[in-house]
Amino acid sequence: MRRLTLTLPAMLLAAPVVAADLNVTVQIPQLDVAEYHRPYTAVWIEREDHSVASQLAVWYAQKESKEGAGTKWLPELRQWWRRGGRDLQMPVDGVSGATRPAGEQKLSFHHGKAPLGQLPAGKYELVVEAAREVGGREVVRVPFTWPTSTPQQLAAQGSSELGSIKLELAP
Amino acid sequence: MNMESPRMLKQTLKWSALALALVLPLAAQAHKLWLLPSATDVSGADPWVTVDAAVSNDLFYPDHMPVALERVVVTAPDGQTAKVENASTGQYRSVFDVHLTQSGTYKIAAFNGGLFASYELNGEKKRWRGEAANLAKEIPAGAKNVEVSESINRVETFVTNGKPSDAALKPSGKGLELAPITPFTDLAADEPATFQLLLDGKPAAGLKITAIAGATRYRNAQDELDVTTDKDGKFSLRWPHAGMYWISASTQDDKASVKPAKQRRLSYAATLEVLPQ
Repeated sequence: MRRLTLTLPAMLLAAPVVAADLNVTVQIPQLDVAEYHRPYTAVWIEREDHSVASQLAVWYAQKESKEGAGTKWLPELRQWWRRGGRDLQMPVDGVSGATRPAGEQKLSFHHGKAPLGQLPAGKYELVVEAAREVGGREVVRVPFTWPTSTPQQLAAQGSSELGSIKLELAP
Repeated sequence: MNMESPRMLKQTLKWSALALALVLPLAAQAHKLWLLPSATDVSGADPWVTVDAAVSNDLFYPDHMPVALERVVVTAPDGQTAKVENASTGQYRSVFDVHLTQSGTYKIAAFNGGLFASYELNGEKKRWRGEAANLAKEIPAGAKNVEVSESINRVETFVTNGKPSDAALKPSGKGLELAPITPFTDLAADEPATFQLLLDGKPAAGLKITAIAGATRYRNAQDELDVTTDKDGKFSLRWPHAGMYWISASTQDDKASVKPAKQRRLSYAATLEVLPQ
């Protein structure tokens, strides 16, 4: 019992440094609106020429319908759709999933493992795009250089459909 | 019958006016012929778009004449002709649906080619349009100053289901056509897009291209963007804002393919959607 209480915090502290190479926190804001739907959200990494280096996450309505399981509205994530979303065949294992509620959504990615994969050294942008039914759309970008020699904490702030976007890089 | 006759006459008059509007080069008339799709990028298991087709001055407000549905041809991503569904023609516009059963880019086009003649009969100026085969028998023997021209007019728009493709966009090699360098359904505000204008399948150099954004009713100027095609027929447009744009070009030459026409009048127009960044 005693040993457990000691090891658990130690593991939590160690986790980001040892196991995860790239951690993303996406804040979905709480909105005071009459009709609320959870936003469609995409998270990906772009190279300097805006081509997609890695597709990290896409959250969309999973409900079944004649028009498709929520896939009809994926082009509403306009930049993601144009920059490579439309190249994917949904669902994508480890990438696509259900829409998420308001709050901080934490994602961890490991270099060399899907979906992040091998990221060659260079300049990139983490891109988060959210589009909400009967709501708005917003894109937030966090530029970063890969790999990093020291742990880094980067962030950018959304103003309407997204809250703060945090990016933690571990060497 | 008595009730119907005036109506039928009115319909006939309306359709001949419409046919005329389709035949005249776009530059020479005030009205614009346009196709307006409800979306240009679609996805999902069963995507559809609905398209308005009309002739009007303001973009994109149907307030003048509908486009005749028999002129509309939809080409699917596999290059085959696709069905026009739920079609109807109203007073000011035609409406139809396209069921995008294949993935890739669809071309929706209204094409018109034919002969146009002007002549004088007993001091009165007359006009005629129709097929070459009927020219001789339909223009009276006593006609003077008969001038015959051929026209090739093309109006298009594009819709992509999933990833863009170009099999439906192969030029026919006849008249003015547009080839994508930037995919037609991949346009964003403040990003340049490059296309190539073709005349009979070859680069059309030195022609003026005009782009006008829709919603003209809500501003006090046309705010045209004008560019000229380069030696390879290529041109670039940087869209100032998101919206539906109508781009057009027209020209004339003496390469009429049908006798006795000498002059040939050609026009091209397309509706393109530009999305926000």
